[in-house]
This record gives sequence, C-alpha cells and structure tokens, in this order.
Amino acid sequence: MENKRRLFTLITPPSVFLLFFFLIPLVIMALYTMKSSSFGPLFPLSFEAFTSFFSNPAYFVLLLSSSQLALLTAILSILLAYPVSYYLVFYTGSRRVILLTLLILPAWISYLLRVLAWKVILGSEGLLNQLLISAGLIENGAPILLFSQAAVLITLVYVWIPFAALPIFAAMERIDPRLHEAAADLGAPPSVTFWRVTFPLTMPGVASAFFFVFIPTLGEWVTPNLVGGVSGIMYGNLIQDQFGRALNWPLGALMSMVLLVLVGVFSYVFNRFIPITEVPVSS
Amino acid sequence: MRQTGKWLGLGYYLLLLLFLQLPILLLIVFSFNDSVLLVFPLRGFTLQWYRELLQATELINAAKNSLLIGLVSSVVATALGGAAAIAIARYNFPGRAFFLNVATLPLVIPYVVLAVALLILFQALKIELSLWTIMIGHTIINMPYVMLIVAARLSGFANNLEEAAMDLGATYWGTLMRVTLPISMPALVAAFLSSFTMSFDEFSLAFFLAGTQNTLPVYLYSQLRFPSRLPLAVTTAAVVIMVSVVILLFSEWLRRIGTHRPPKV
Repeated sequence: MENKRRLFTLITPPSVFLLFFFLIPLVIMALYTMKSSSFGPLFPLSFEAFTSFFSNPAYFVLLLSSSQLALLTAILSILLAYPVSYYLVFYTGSRRVILLTLLILPAWISYLLRVLAWKVILGSEGLLNQLLISAGLIENGAPILLFSQAAVLITLVYVWIPFAALPIFAAMERIDPRLHEAAADLGAPPSVTFWRVTFPLTMPGVASAFFFVFIPTLGEWVTPNLVGGVSGIMYGNLIQDQFGRALNWPLGALMSMVLLVLVGVFSYVFNRFIPITEVPVSS
Repeated sequence: MRQTGKWLGLGYYLLLLLFLQLPILLLIVFSFNDSVLLVFPLRGFTLQWYRELLQATELINAAKNSLLIGLVSSVVATALGGAAAIAIARYNFPGRAFFLNVATLPLVIPYVVLAVALLILFQALKIELSLWTIMIGHTIINMPYVMLIVAARLSGFANNLEEAAMDLGATYWGTLMRVTLPISMPALVAAFLSSFTMSFDEFSLAFFLAGTQNTLPVYLYSQLRFPSRLPLAVTTAAVVIMVSVVILLFSEWLRRIGTHRPPKV
C-alpha cells in the first residue's frame, strides 16, 4: 500500500506530461486528417486529404525514394563506422576511448552547422569544385554536387557516422577476448574467427546503429532543404511544405500519420528481434 | 599479419578523422577570414566577424532564448525523466512495460512528426506559439534519454542500499533524497548536460514551434538564405563549436564517473 503511493507519486508527473504533450497531440493529429480546412472546425468530417493523398502517386514515389535514401545512409554510415570501431577496440588498447572521443566530437556540434559546412564545401564556389578545377579535372565551377540527391546522401552520412560508430563500438567492447583466444586455439584463421565469432556478436550493435540512423533520416527535411535543392527533396519536405507555403494542415497531418505508421510498424518488427530499450528491475 | 592490420587500421582511422573534422575546422578557419565569400584562397586574418557578432543584437537575443529554453527544458526533463527512471528501475508494476514503451517512443519518432503534432495541439487549444511551446517540445524529446541514462545507473546498484537506510530508520523520502539521488547524481548531471546541448542545437521542433522569438538555430537558418550574412553565421558556428566542445568534454568526464559500476554491496 505504502509502496503503491510512492510509486504513484514518482510515476504520475512524467505520465501526465507524456499524456498531454505526446499521446494527446498524436490523437489530435489523427483527427486533423479529417478536417476540411486548415483552421476551420472539425465537423463536418471531410476526407479530402485522404483522396488527394492516395490519388497522387508522386507522394508514394517520394516516400519510397526517401526510404531508399535513409536505407542507403544507414548502410553507408555503418560500413564506414564498422572498421574504425574494430580497429579502435581490438588494436588500440587503453587509448581507444580517447581516440573514439576525438572521432565522434563532431556529433556534439550543431547539426545545422555541420550541414552548413557541407554547403560551403559542395557549393559551386565551394572547396570541392575549386579542388577539382585546380586539379584540371573540370573546366569551371559548375554546381556538380550541390543541390542533388548525392549531396544529401554525403551530408547525411557525414552527420550520422559518429552515431553509427557508438553502438558498434560498445558491442565490440563487450566481446570477451577469451572467445578470440579460444577460436585461435581451435585452429580458426583470423578471417574465420571474424565471421563466426566477432561479426555475429556485433550484430546487436549494428542493428541499433541502423535503427538510430534510419528513423531520423526518414523524416529528414532540413538537410535536403539546405543542400538538396529541387532534385534532392525528401518526404519530410513535403510535410513541412503543408505547414508552410502550401498551408494544407489536414494533408500535412495525414502525411505525418503515414510516416508515423510506417515508423511504428518498422520499430515494432525491429524491436521484436532486437530489444533496444530494455531496463532491468533491480529490486 | 597483425602488424599490417594495425597500420591499415590506423590509416583508415586518420582518414575518417580527417573526413569528420575537416568541415568543422573549415568553418573555424573561415570565421577568421577577411572576406565575405567563403572561398579559398584565404584573404588574411581578421577579427571583424567576431566584432560584428557582438553587435548583432538579434543574434544575441536568439542565443539568449536558446540558453533559456535549454535550461528550463533540461531541468524539467531531468526531473520528470529522473522520477520515471527511479520508478522503472526500482518497481515492477502493472503497466510498466506499457509505460516504458510510451516513454521511449519519442526516441523513435521523426522530429518533424512530433513537431507537427505539437503545432496542431497548440493551434487547437489556441495557445500562442512562444518560447514555452519550444520548451515543451524539447522536454518531450529529452525525457527518454534522461530516463534511460539514470535507469542504467540505478540498475547498476542493488536495491539493498536503500533497504539498509530504511532499516536504520530513514523514511522512504529521506532515503530517496539521501541515498537514491546521490547514487544517481552523476547520471542526472550527465543527462542534464546532454539534454541541454541537445535542446540548444535542436532545429526541427524549434522551427515549427517558434513564435515571434527565435532560437539560435532558427535564426541561423533564416540567415543562410543571404550570402552576405554567411560569414556571420559561420562565425556564430565557430563560437558554438568551441563552447560545445568544452561542455562535451565536461559531460563526458561526468558520464565516465556516472557509468562506473561499483561492486555490488
């Protein structure tokens, strides 16, 4: 009884906050998809947003291409982060933490500023172009990279490498070195040890890296806006547009709901295989 | 064999380090460059942009707003997330799994969706957008991080420290204040600091939920459209970078203390 009251006191404030500013907003957003105009009353219900969303294949195409871009971003950042984590954990001994910290330092620097840096690098007057011109590879400063999907991909991979490296590094650190010794004692060459011991044991880290890169990238709109131009827009830009220039809140709400459902299904399936947010009770 | 691997690894590490750090160093270099255009060759050293920074009242205002939002939302997130962490780490109650799922959900929702949902809520309730609305958004995204960091710390300690205190006659709330909180302190401070840096940098939610008052990232974003304002934006970037690095090093240091697991009693 006593215990119940204490628990109640602890759990009520965060629950109430989550209810009012997280769950209820999602419900209201769901209702907004059935409004007839951005600022009018809810009733009579209208399904205009649904018809315009589901009758326009361009929205699906964009959702698909954004998913592909997010997938590619996640895979590339993991591929780039994996070898470096491997090197740090298995080759650098006690200095690995300081070396890792140096590497992931940029992750704490404002996301917007990191994107800005790439705008400076990729622009038509940018560094990359100047480098290519002085190397004689191209004639004049054409914006070959800025305002394209490639620019978005490069920038996003740059932004996410540190976040991919962290969980992989942590998973590798947990591997008992005796397992490697045992594999070697049993005659396994290093490549076999890697594929049959190390690699399977790092999968949880790879999975959570994938998860934490893929989801935010799927809803990305700032990077495409700054370096992507027209050909680099993503699904998130579509949502932002409905609340900005296009001013169609019901449609924007519906687009958000679609993204939410997509992410929800993905996380649910994912979490069944790899529980990422488990906290043990220690009482 | 192992030697080759070592050199290859080192080479790769250095390349990746260069790739990750170079863009940041570039911004810092350009903040001292005596030209409006962000192109090489550099035109010479100047502190002009830093002087202009001190007079850019709009920018300073935005920075103050960001500081305020960061402080308030981190304090609230730390208090709420800390309470939730104690509850989930110390009690097994019906609905615990549900609570954990809902409370960690903001981690896996794209910010644009959350921003839109909150924007709609405030519009439906006729609440005018202001710094408060941004604070609420930032509290929601920071709470799960605080909760997970503090819960991880607490589950490293057996509950019998608290039990011992109560056996010796301490009340529950006395124990909470004098045993549980001190145990969680390094995690709480680290969680607070990472919440603060996250809020200070956050753009997407702030963009949607800002009223007439801008935060620093929203202000910077608005400046990026004008090429002539770019040097000032870059200089702001340089200052923010240097400050973030200091905060980061401090919070890393605390986290290291915080996650150091003592032997179980």
